[in-house]
Formats: sequence, structure tokens, C-alpha cells
Amino acid sequence: MSKTAPEAEKASPLSGFSVAVATVAVVAFAVWLAQISLSAYLGTLLALLFINVALAVSLNLTNGLSGLFSLGHPAFMTIGGYSAAILTYPERRKSVMLPDLPEFLATNEVALFPAVLAAGLIAIVVAIVVGFPVLRLRGHYLAVATLGLIVIVQNLATNWSGITRGGSGLSGIPRLTTIWWAFGLMVLVIAVTWRVKFSSLGRAMMATRENPLAAECAGVSTFRVRMVAFVLGAFFAAIAGALLVHLISVITPKTYSVLLAFNLVVMVVIGGTGSISGAVIIAAGLTVLSETLRPMEESLGLYGMSQVIVALSLILILFFRPQGLFGSGEPIFIRRFFSGRFLG
Amino acid sequence: MSSEAIIDANHITRRFGGLVAVDDYSLQLMHGDLVGLIGPNGAGKTTAFNLLTGVLKPSSGTIRVADIDLTGRPPHVLARHGIARTFQNIRLFNDLSVLENVMCGGHMRYGAPLLATLLQIPSFWRSEQIIADRSTEIVELTELSALIHRRAGDLSYGDQRRLEIARALATEPVALLLDEPAAGLNASETRILIDLIRKINEELKIGVLVVEHDVHMVMGLCRRVQVLNRGKLVAEGTPNEVQSDAAVIEAYLGTRRKGAVHA
Ligand SMILES: Nc1ncnc2c1ncn2[C@@H]1O[C@H](COP(=O)(O)OP(=O)(O)OP(=O)(O)O)[C@@H](O)[C@H]1O
Ligand SMILES: [Mg+2]
Repeated sequence: MSKTAPEAEKASPLSGFSVAVATVAVVAFAVWLAQISLSAYLGTLLALLFINVALAVSLNLTNGLSGLFSLGHPAFMTIGGYSAAILTYPERRKSVMLPDLPEFLATNEVALFPAVLAAGLIAIVVAIVVGFPVLRLRGHYLAVATLGLIVIVQNLATNWSGITRGGSGLSGIPRLTTIWWAFGLMVLVIAVTWRVKFSSLGRAMMATRENPLAAECAGVSTFRVRMVAFVLGAFFAAIAGALLVHLISVITPKTYSVLLAFNLVVMVVIGGTGSISGAVIIAAGLTVLSETLRPMEESLGLYGMSQVIVALSLILILFFRPQGLFGSGEPIFIRRFFSGRFLG
Repeated sequence: MSSEAIIDANHITRRFGGLVAVDDYSLQLMHGDLVGLIGPNGAGKTTAFNLLTGVLKPSSGTIRVADIDLTGRPPHVLARHGIARTFQNIRLFNDLSVLENVMCGGHMRYGAPLLATLLQIPSFWRSEQIIADRSTEIVELTELSALIHRRAGDLSYGDQRRLEIARALATEPVALLLDEPAAGLNASETRILIDLIRKINEELKIGVLVVEHDVHMVMGLCRRVQVLNRGKLVAEGTPNEVQSDAAVIEAYLGTRRKGAVHA
């Protein structure tokens, strides 16, 4: 234990873990309080907020830590949404809504957890297939490829009507996502991203982001590191998409669009590429903002006002603080807190 | 003979369109060797480095590392086999701290895999500790301790050059390729650098290949010197042999007074 040992290693790993567990418990208690006192609408809004935070943080793992430029989240959410919805759809309604399903899907009705897991695994396979040729190429090819993926997935969902019911989409999806599912996903995504970020693997990701050639020459397989980041992001996006359709109970090919990709990328950029705290705060803030603006938009007829505000804040950030609100780091008090040194 | 060579590059050539940037270049870098590579601007020194480290693929020729054919393999594979390098135009992970930069070099040797990282099992903490300890040692060796938590992009030029060497050392190389490590350094920084290169070569027993424009430095430092001109190796030998070689004087030193060559 030399005195110059890095900060993260000074505290015992256990104390950091117990602080994190205690924090989650406290927040969970607050959520429980909120849940019993809030209206159903606000409860749904809170669940939506948690899922948005999970989406932004998971995209930050891909784009922020590893310096990729993926726009693929909506595609993976659509894949996850349909996969899970078809699995959980009530068996007796399948014969009406989805008469052309293959036998093994038509006669089965699965619980939410295995359906969500299946959704995530399917997204992993798709991410590997997309990533394999593209992640060897330099940066922005991935943006084009994932944009293409959104279009391909939307077309598939529209035209593969035996499975997806085409453009009219699937409605009446059982409302299985409780606030606790959304909360659980958010905690999982933040925990995974945090652990990756403060690890050798995370440093390899950031090295790949900062200078891919130097990272390669220092022994980092940039392809592998990018693949891990891309696949993890896709996995979480699919799970978020799956939970979301079981919250709003419908999915159409257009539920998750390019606009969503734009909004998520903006959240990452405004929060700071690579900053988990930034992504959490901005995702939560933008969710609340767009919901509070909605009644105003409707009464004033100013539809799209929140979108304009998002775009404006992006421009302002790019102009005055291009590294994002939090840069690529975490505020020092948050790092202290979760490494356990807060307690002495 | 060839089994002793860490790097055994045989007749490598690299063309860019019509230009032959490196033409039939060969290198046997032995264990503990300290070889200088000199030549005028555009001679192909950096291109040779890029070929030897897998950054560029040779148009023809083979590169063997410790008797394993690694021709055409990507840089991280060569790094895994013990080839480390620095860059003529410094390439650091600017947004990371000095220590983190060095720790990145330790990733391929000791970094925990994804699952261990996510579950934070004891082996994860052990590997993090090993990386941290070794990196701290290297930071001390390269005299960067006072700057250990500074952002790499904020360092002075000389410190950045040393940090690149530190990061390369963290990969635990058998051969270290330095592309103009003294470029832009002042006299005292250059002295520190020369001491560091000697230490790396003699104490850590790492083979060093160094590109350098300062002929005095190369002649004083290296046991063997290669001279490249227009992609071709025009001379190779001890500093003394090379200095008196007519082809060298003509190709590389022709524009200078002959006296300047002698250290
Ligand atoms: N990627 C590339 N594409 C095309 N030409 C290149 C490329 N890299 C190098 N060259 C050319 O190859 C020749 C050798 O360049 P190189 O950088 O290897 O020279 P050098 O000996 O390192 O010179 P210096 O002392 O200026 O660093 C030059 O003519 C250069 O323009
Ligand atoms: Mg050069």
C-alpha cells in the first residue's frame, strides 16, 4: 500500500458496496413512499423516468465510455419490445391478434422476467452481427450502420405481419411493468456501468475513446472492447424497450424512432460523455421537463416545444461547455461517497 | 542465431501508391540490444516503426517476434508478444490521469474479464491491485510521481514524452520502439531521457530501437546504428563504422560539415 496508490483502491471494496446498497435502499424507500402517495399517472411517469435514466446511462456506456457513435438504441428497443410482447401476450388472444405465429410461440405465454431476458439475449445476437463488420472500421461508420438498423428493424416490424401484426402494431400487451421493474433496471444499469467504468476494462474503453491507435499499441484489442460496450448497450436497450411496452401496453414499428436516438444522444452529450452522474441527472430532468411542458404545449398549441428546448440546450452546451456538464468524470463527492471514504 | 532475435524483420517493403516508403528493410533486434535508426526527413523511419508494430501491413516481407510469424497481425497482438512503442507525434489518453494512462498499458496482462468485473469477485480486486501497484512503480521509475493524478493532456511536452514511455513499459515489453523521443525537449530533459533509456535497456533488459535526429545522441547512446535513406537501408554497424561510411555521409550527413558527425 504505497501512498500513491490510486484513490479508488484506497478504500476497502466492501465499504463502497455497502454504501451503494444503503443508497439503493434509501431511494427504494422513497420510491415506495411515492408509489403509495402518488396518482397512477405520476407513478407511471416515475417508472418512465427510471427507464429513461437506464437508457441514457446504457448509451453512455457505449458512446460515452468507448467513444462509439451508436444510434442503435431504438432498434434494439424495438427488437426487445416485440420479442418480449409476443412472449407475454395472453395465449387466448394470440389466436385472434397473431394467428400466424409459429406453433411454439402461439401456444405459450411467458412471465415477464424470462420474456425480458429473452429480449436482451436476442439483442445481443443482433448487436454482435451488426458490430462484427462495423466495429473494425473507424468511428462514424457505426452511426450510419445503426441508423440503417433502425430502418431495417422498422421495416421488418411493418412487413413481417405474421409475427408483429404489421404497421398497426400490437396492443393490449399485459401491463406487467411495475415501478419496481423500472427501478430495478435503472439500478442494474447504473451498477453495471459504474463497475465497468472504474475497472481495467473501463480504462481500456476510455483509452479506445481517447486514442484508438495508441490503445491498440498498448495492447488493447479495440475491437473487443468496442464490442463489449456495444453489446452491453444493446442488451440494456432491449430490456428497457421490453419493460416500456409492458408499461404503455402497445408497440408499433414507430414507437421507438430516430427521434428517440437523437434525444438519447443529446442526453449523453449534455450530461458529459462518459459521466454516469451526468446521464442520470439529464435523463431525469428532460423526462420531467417534457412531461411538465406537455399540458402547456396542448393549451398553447405549441407542439414540439420540449423538442425545441432539447435542441436549444444541445446547441448551448456545444457552444459553452462542449465536454458536457460533468465532463467525462463523476463529481468528486459522488466518487467519495460510493468508494466508502465518506464514512471515514 | 535467429532464435535469439526478439524482432526479426526480413526484407519488409511498404508502398503507398507509387511511393516506396520502406524498401527491403531488415532488422534483427537482439535481447538487450540498443539500436539507433537514423535518416533524413521522409526516409521512412516512422513507416518502418508502423510496420514493426503492426500499425501498417507490409506489402512484402515477414516480421517474426521471438520466432513467431506475426506478419500482418494487428498492433495489440504484437504488443501482447512484447513489442511496445511511442509515437513521434505524442498520442496519450489526454482525458485520463497520468496513472490511468499507465494502467491502460497493464490491461492486457492483468485486466479482469467482463464477468469478474461485473461481479467484482476477489480476483477482480486482486488484478486491479496488481495493475495499480505496477503502474505506480513505473510512474516512479519514469519520475512522474509528482504528477500522478494530473490530466495527461495538461502535462508539459517533456512529461508527456516520458508518460508515453511509462505507458509502453506497463505492457511489459521485450522490445521498446521510441520514435524521436527527444524531439522538442530541452537539454536537461534530454539528459533525463537518455538516462531513462539506458536504465530501461540495462536494468530492465529491454531491447530498444530508437529513431533520433540528434546524431550526437544516437552515436553516444546506441551500440548499433542503422541508416535509412529513401526507404532503403544504406548502412548498418557500430557508431564508429557508420560515421565513416561514405554512403552515410553522402545520404544523411552530406549537407553538414563532416566534423559535426564525430561526437
Ligand atoms: N500513410 C501514408 N500514406 C502515404 N504516404 C505516406 C504515409 N506515411 C508515410 N508516407 C510517406 O512515406 C515517406 C516516409 O515517411 P516517414 O514518416 O516514414 O518518414 P520519417 O523517416 O519518419 O520522416 P521524419 O524524420 O520526418 O519523421 C514520406 O515520403 C511520407 O510522405
Ligand atoms: Mg518520422
